[in-house]
Amino acid sequence: MIRLSDVVKEYESGTTALKGISLRIEDGEFVFLVGPSGSGKSTIIKLLTGEIVPTSGQIAVNGFSLTNIAERQIPLLRRSVGVIFQDFRLIEKKTVYENLSFAMRAVGSSPREIKKRIPYVLELVGLEEKTDRYPNELSGGEQQRVAIARALINNPSTIIADEPTGNLDPARSLEIMRLLERINQLGTTMVVVTHEKDLVNQFKKRVVTLEQGVIMSDGDGVGYNAR
Amino acid sequence: MRKHDFSYFFGEGMRNMFSHGFMSFAAVGITVACLVVMGTFSLVAYNAQVQLQQLESEYEILAFVDESCDDAQTKAVGRAIEQRANVKECVFISKEEAMKSFEARYEGDNMFQNLDPEILRDRYAVYVDDLSISGKTAQDILDNVEGVANVRVDEDIAGGFITLRNVASVVCIALIAILLLVSVFIISNTIKLTTFDRRDEIAIMKMVGATNGFIRWPFVYEGFMIGLLSAVLGFGLQWLLYESVAKSLAMSDRLQLLTIVDFTSIWRPVAAIFAAAGILIGVGGSMTAIRKFLHV
Repeated sequence: MIRLSDVVKEYESGTTALKGISLRIEDGEFVFLVGPSGSGKSTIIKLLTGEIVPTSGQIAVNGFSLTNIAERQIPLLRRSVGVIFQDFRLIEKKTVYENLSFAMRAVGSSPREIKKRIPYVLELVGLEEKTDRYPNELSGGEQQRVAIARALINNPSTIIADEPTGNLDPARSLEIMRLLERINQLGTTMVVVTHEKDLVNQFKKRVVTLEQGVIMSDGDGVGYNAR
Repeated sequence: MRKHDFSYFFGEGMRNMFSHGFMSFAAVGITVACLVVMGTFSLVAYNAQVQLQQLESEYEILAFVDESCDDAQTKAVGRAIEQRANVKECVFISKEEAMKSFEARYEGDNMFQNLDPEILRDRYAVYVDDLSISGKTAQDILDNVEGVANVRVDEDIAGGFITLRNVASVVCIALIAILLLVSVFIISNTIKLTTFDRRDEIAIMKMVGATNGFIRWPFVYEGFMIGLLSAVLGFGLQWLLYESVAKSLAMSDRLQLLTIVDFTSIWRPVAAIFAAAGILIGVGGSMTAIRKFLHV
C-alpha cells in the first residue's frame, strides 16, 4: 500500500514541487498519475523510491515509512518497488539475460533462483526468444519489455512506471500498457506516470491528475482531460 | 560472504576490468609508472644508504700506543680500548704493518720507501658505533686508557658523513611521500574516470535495491586486480631497469668504486613492497572513486 499525507516537497532552489498532497493507493490497484510537465509527477516517483525525502508530511510505501527511513533500509524498500523508465536504462554491454540476472544478483539471489526465475519472467513479457540479444539489437518496444521484466524480476509488490511509453509509437505503447495491465491482474500494484491522454483514456482505470503540485482530480475511469 | 557471492564479485571484477579495457589499461599503465618511479628512487636511496654505511664502517680512530709499552702492555691497551663506550671494534696494527701501508700509499715515490718501521708507533684502529660522538670517544680513550700516547680522529669527515646521511634521509622521505601522494591522486582520478563511465550501471544497481556493499565489492576486486597486475609488471620492469643500470655502472671506469646491491639479495622485500603498494593504491583508488557514486 502507498500512502501520502499532506506531503510538501520544497527543493533547495526554492521551488515547491508538491503543495500538501494526500493520496492512498491500495494493494493490487492500477493508477494513472497524470499531469503536465512541472506538475510534480517526477517528484512523487523520487519520493516513493526513497531518492529524496519530503519537506513535511508522511509517506508510507509497502510498510516502510519514508519520512524517517534509515539509509540501510532503502535497498529493502527498493526491492519491494520495481521502477520502469521512459529511456529503459538497460546496460548496453549485457545481454537480456544478463540484465535480468544482474538485477537478481544485486539483491542476493542464488544462481539456482536466477536460472528458475528469468525464463518465467521473459515468457511473461514475451521475450523468451531474445535471451541472448543485446539491447541495441532490440526494438524500442522490446527494450521496454526487458525493462519491465527487470522491474518484475525480484517480484516486487509495486511497480512504478515513469512515462513507460514516451519513446514508443502508439501501437507499441498500447502493447506495453496491456502488458502492464496483465501484470497488475497478477496482483502487482501498478502506478503509471504519463501525460499521454489518448492512452490513458483507452483504459478504464483510476486517474490521479496533478497540476502545479496539487491533486486536481482523482477517480475511477474519469479519464484525462489535459488542457 | 557466501561462496556464490564471492565468485560473482570476483567474476564481475575481472569482467569489468576487461570490458573497460582502455581505462583499465590506463590505470595499470599509470600505476606501473608511479610504482617504477617510486621504486627507482627508493632503490637509489637504499643503495646510497648502503654505500654510506659501508663508508661509515670504514671510518676509524687511530689510537697510538706509547713506545715504552711491551707486547703484554700493548695487548692490555687493546683490551682497555674495547671496554670504552661507543667502541664497536678495535684492530691492532703493528708499526711494520703501518709502514707497509704507508709505503703502499706512496708507491713509486723513492723518498718514502725503505724507511725504518721504528719511526712509527704500534696503533689500534678503533671503529665506533655512533659516528657523531667519535671526537668524544677519541678523547675518552686518550684520557682514560693507560699506554695510549696519542689519538687521531678526523671529525670533519665524521661530520660530513652525518650531514650527508641526515640530508639524504630527509630528501628521501620527502620525495617518496610526495611521489606517493601524487601517485594516489593520479590513480584515484583515473579510476574515478572508469567509475564515471559506469555511473549508470551503479544507478541501476541502486534502483533495484542493491546495497552499497554489493556495489562496492566488484570495484574492490577490480582495484585489487589492477593493483596486483601493476605490481607484477612494475616489479619486472624495475628488475630489468636495475640490472641494466648495475651492469652499466660495473662497466664504467669512473663509477666502478660504487657498490651496487645485488638485486637477487633484495628482490623479496622489493616484491612485497611493490605488491603492497600496488594493491593499496588499486583498492584505495577504487574505494575513493566509487564513494560519491553510491549516493543515489
